[in-house]
Amino acid sequence: MRVEGKGLIDRHASIQFKFDAVRYSGFKGDTLASALLANDIRLIARSFKYHRPRGVLTAGSEEPNALVTIKSDQGFIPNTRATVQEIYTDLEARSQNCWPTLAWDVRSLFDLAAPFIGAGFYYKTFMWPGKFWELLYEPFIRKSAGLGMLSKEVMAERFDKAWAYCDLLIIGGGPSGLIAALTAGRAGIDVIVADEDSRMGGRLLAETDEVNGYPGHVWVDQVLAELEQLPNVRLMRRTTVTGVYDNHTFSALERSSCCYLQSQDVVHEIFWRIVAKHSILAAGAIERPIAFQNNDRPGVMMASSVRAYLNRWGVSPGRSFAIFANNDNARRTVRDLKKSGIHIEALIDCRSDVESIDGIRLIKSATVDNVRGIKSVKGISVRTESGHENISVDTVALSGGWNPTINLACHLHKSPVWQDEFMAFVPAANAVPGLLAIGSCRGLMSTADCFKDGIDAGLHIAKELGKTATSPEIPNAEDDRNRLQALWYISGKGRAWLDFQNDVTVKDIQQAVTENYHSVEHLKRYTTQGMAIDQGKLSNVTTLAILAELTGRTIPETGTTTFRPPYTPVSLGAIGAGVQGKSFAPERLLTSHSILLAREAPMIESDLWYRPRYFPNQGEVNWQQSCIREVGYVRQTVGVSDVSTLGKIDIQGVDAAKLLDFVYINMFSNLRVGRVRYGLMLREDGHAMDDGTTARLGEFHFVMTTTTAAAAQVLAHLEFVHQCLYPEWDLAMTSVTEQWAQFAIAGPKAQELVNDILDDPIDNSSWPFMACGDITFSGVKARLFRISFSGEHGYEIAVPSRYGESLFQILISKAENLGGGPYGMEALNVLRIEKGFITHSEIDGRKTAYDLGMARMISNQKDFIGKKMALRPGLQQPVRERLVGLRPKDPSESLTAGAHLFSKDAETVRENDQGYISSVGYSATFGQTLALGFLQNGFERHGEVVQAVDHLRRLKVYCQVTNPVFFDPEGARARG
Amino acid sequence: MVELVANSVSDQVSGRHLEGVDLRIIDLQCVTSIMPYKGQDEVVSNLLLKAHGVKFPEPNRVIMSGLVRALWFSRRQVFLIGVTPDPGLTKHAALVDQSDAWVVIELEGPRVLEVLCRLVPIDLRTSQFRQNHTARTQLIHMMVSITRVEKNCFHIMGFRSTAMSLVQHVSRAMSAIVT
Repeated sequence: MRVEGKGLIDRHASIQFKFDAVRYSGFKGDTLASALLANDIRLIARSFKYHRPRGVLTAGSEEPNALVTIKSDQGFIPNTRATVQEIYTDLEARSQNCWPTLAWDVRSLFDLAAPFIGAGFYYKTFMWPGKFWELLYEPFIRKSAGLGMLSKEVMAERFDKAWAYCDLLIIGGGPSGLIAALTAGRAGIDVIVADEDSRMGGRLLAETDEVNGYPGHVWVDQVLAELEQLPNVRLMRRTTVTGVYDNHTFSALERSSCCYLQSQDVVHEIFWRIVAKHSILAAGAIERPIAFQNNDRPGVMMASSVRAYLNRWGVSPGRSFAIFANNDNARRTVRDLKKSGIHIEALIDCRSDVESIDGIRLIKSATVDNVRGIKSVKGISVRTESGHENISVDTVALSGGWNPTINLACHLHKSPVWQDEFMAFVPAANAVPGLLAIGSCRGLMSTADCFKDGIDAGLHIAKELGKTATSPEIPNAEDDRNRLQALWYISGKGRAWLDFQNDVTVKDIQQAVTENYHSVEHLKRYTTQGMAIDQGKLSNVTTLAILAELTGRTIPETGTTTFRPPYTPVSLGAIGAGVQGKSFAPERLLTSHSILLAREAPMIESDLWYRPRYFPNQGEVNWQQSCIREVGYVRQTVGVSDVSTLGKIDIQGVDAAKLLDFVYINMFSNLRVGRVRYGLMLREDGHAMDDGTTARLGEFHFVMTTTTAAAAQVLAHLEFVHQCLYPEWDLAMTSVTEQWAQFAIAGPKAQELVNDILDDPIDNSSWPFMACGDITFSGVKARLFRISFSGEHGYEIAVPSRYGESLFQILISKAENLGGGPYGMEALNVLRIEKGFITHSEIDGRKTAYDLGMARMISNQKDFIGKKMALRPGLQQPVRERLVGLRPKDPSESLTAGAHLFSKDAETVRENDQGYISSVGYSATFGQTLALGFLQNGFERHGEVVQAVDHLRRLKVYCQVTNPVFFDPEGARARG
Repeated sequence: MVELVANSVSDQVSGRHLEGVDLRIIDLQCVTSIMPYKGQDEVVSNLLLKAHGVKFPEPNRVIMSGLVRALWFSRRQVFLIGVTPDPGLTKHAALVDQSDAWVVIELEGPRVLEVLCRLVPIDLRTSQFRQNHTARTQLIHMMVSITRVEKNCFHIMGFRSTAMSLVQHVSRAMSAIVT
């Protein structure tokens, strides 16, 4: 219920929202949890395993119970913490993990089966019969498991990723964090303050203790106003720092909009990478529960959360309270409730030496050992020194002490340190280099201590950064010591909840220890304690304490489990932001792209490039028809293809030829100026890395061509050789792939076409096969290469990219006038297979020059990369799989790439595998499918018939092994 | 005899204006990669200064003189932008025409850093990356050169072939800051 006169919400701004299809209203500043509690809604969710009714337990991101599903534009967002979700107009939330309704959930019957499905029951129960696992158990478990459900729709929410840098990152905008920011900010330090709440201030917003004589939030507003004015301070609200990584890099999730409507128009979350020189962890502390029977019933809440709802949101979660605590801090809840006129039945304190409070019934040396009520608390059972007493209340405010929020300080695997005084773990010194833990995060529980600690940290970091800082006036604030007595659980019958989210109870821990799970890591996995999406924020320390007691160790001896990022759940959408759809990978478009689109050429991705597969003509019904026509252009008239994607590397300098000799297996230093040569380069291990042609444009000037896919790899390889192996060589290299648009013109009429466009015509004597040089088109400087990847008389013309589209248009229209036209990748592939030319289908990283039939190219006049390894006997065994051509015995049959090769009469099993087919194309020239492949002892087996078996497609074809060069083996057409 | 028509990148992709930041396509008329030969760094620097008014810049710096820029591009490599290089340089350095290889987008406005922090992983704070600072880095998946030409104005150079993707990425980040 709302409490008049309380809270920091805007009571003039009413907001309508729905929960489980019922309309409610709240105020601006409300979370979904505070608004529901204000409307007396206490049952909000069902638990994961036993489907027990659950309400709100906390007021922050540590909430394990109140998980809801939020409706979004096109789907829904499950597992949203109602304690974090701000309300907005038309928000629609619904309960999850229940059917048919939240109040009447069929699977709540699981709770009755609890004795049979405790910790580890999976491992014991589903052992037999074996067949039942896949048929029954697994499907059933999968159907039952999981918190919430995905919509299975494409995410409409928009996410972003971003980077930020600062001198000081302050994690947490509570009293210690804010005053540290003020100290450092005034000194001119570049500061980022990240706080997961929508409103900074931490506990100062939730408590009534005054600062400098005013309510705490007034001090917060004053400080924030000053920080907002400092240009060197950045305040990041709704930003949870989720992880710490090397080099002082932090991950953080900013909820830039909590509204899931109009998803396309707003950025919902931003995943930040923040790099800071220094950092301050001022993440505060989380109040922990005490485990007792039925402590999970709706209406049992943390005492500090009761104060937060009362003081920040003006909501009383109940009408009649019992407070159960082991420490002084919970007395603030008594004070605040009493001041607001809310009825308190009793303060139950396990300690004997506590002072009474006027007007409040104090039950000393007592504990709560059970809760009555199922969907809501109806009363409690109090165990006193003299016996049991039942007390009727509707809400229990619970406090078992505080756990400092140390998670981030442990992400680099430094174990935290146990402090007996606070009965809690605190960060070890220098747990993260450059990170200071301050305030209640290191166990300081009074506001005055937090202020002092924050100032000291700000001054210390200013000094580290060489800045002059002055201490702000220390605010006058409460300086209460929080005395406490260890109390982790109340022994007795029934189940006492530890991990509310994974439904782990004290009995589960006892059972696991009985079964010898003494290691905390083993216990965690066996019981699933701390493995839910809240990562055991409320329950881990209590579990450790129980484990320590049961195993006769101290808590520090028992140790903690490993803290890992993220601190709170991070949407996969945020991690993958910016790389969906068109952003998945950049698109490299040819200069001829618009012409390709105009001709409706389907595209194929080649590395990042978009290349045309084929150019469909009217009346053609499939790609093969187009491909056959285009191959015909090249074999009969002239074809034009855009080959700009091939890597081009400009190499200049007096030692440029030495570099080429050292990376290619064959010689290049003896290549004449104005000539091109084919080369193969190896990796250090003697296997082929890439191939291509290199043109000598001048005495000390070469242009190397690489394959499209290996362009960057080859350039890096050359740089490695130059920078690391031969830095003394005088040469320079750079990529010119983007500078030149390059087009292949191939076919019997290629020269006719070329001469039709050149300023100065050429002939076979001025431009013989493998010649190259500069040319001009109406004054535009270009390059002409007499090279061929089709086996036909061919040229490649390179022009500066700005002229690429224009030249391609001219080339294809002139080719069409000669009876030819453009050809795409499909035709290019068939043409090169007919000629036995290799691509990376053949150079697959496992092939040597010997395997490829290029052993004779290996120069014995020089050393080169990979030579020693390539000449090892093991890499020159005839039995290796070597390049061959393959033709079906029956021309009507088709071969398939990936099919494996077997001897003619061998059984087609793995043991008899002798090779495989790497490339296949239908050759209209030969009227049948042709293939390239690798066959054991292949060079010696030309003429032999083998079986090509495609086990996936269930095909078997008898084929003849041939020379891989099917077409014009003498090369007369290319040279002529 | 054929007449080749030059295409500009700005013919294919267009700029964008949003409150707080503008995206413009810059047409580079002349860009030359200059890589000094062994022991020629000082000679090249002096020649550049004499012929074009700009020295060979230190790593991660750009030097401007009027419309001419000497932009550090990588190890011992500088892009001379805005002028045809003096022929005398060819004896001392490898000169490679790159005029058609790169596209430049100019991003300007008071919110430019909000856009760039979504795209580029390096520290672009004014205290660290000042006017005339330049770096080779990545923009989402693309390798780029980024230069601060003024406090709120950056030039980003990317492959010509990726001009469309570059503009798409930057436009997306721009739209994020106005939502």
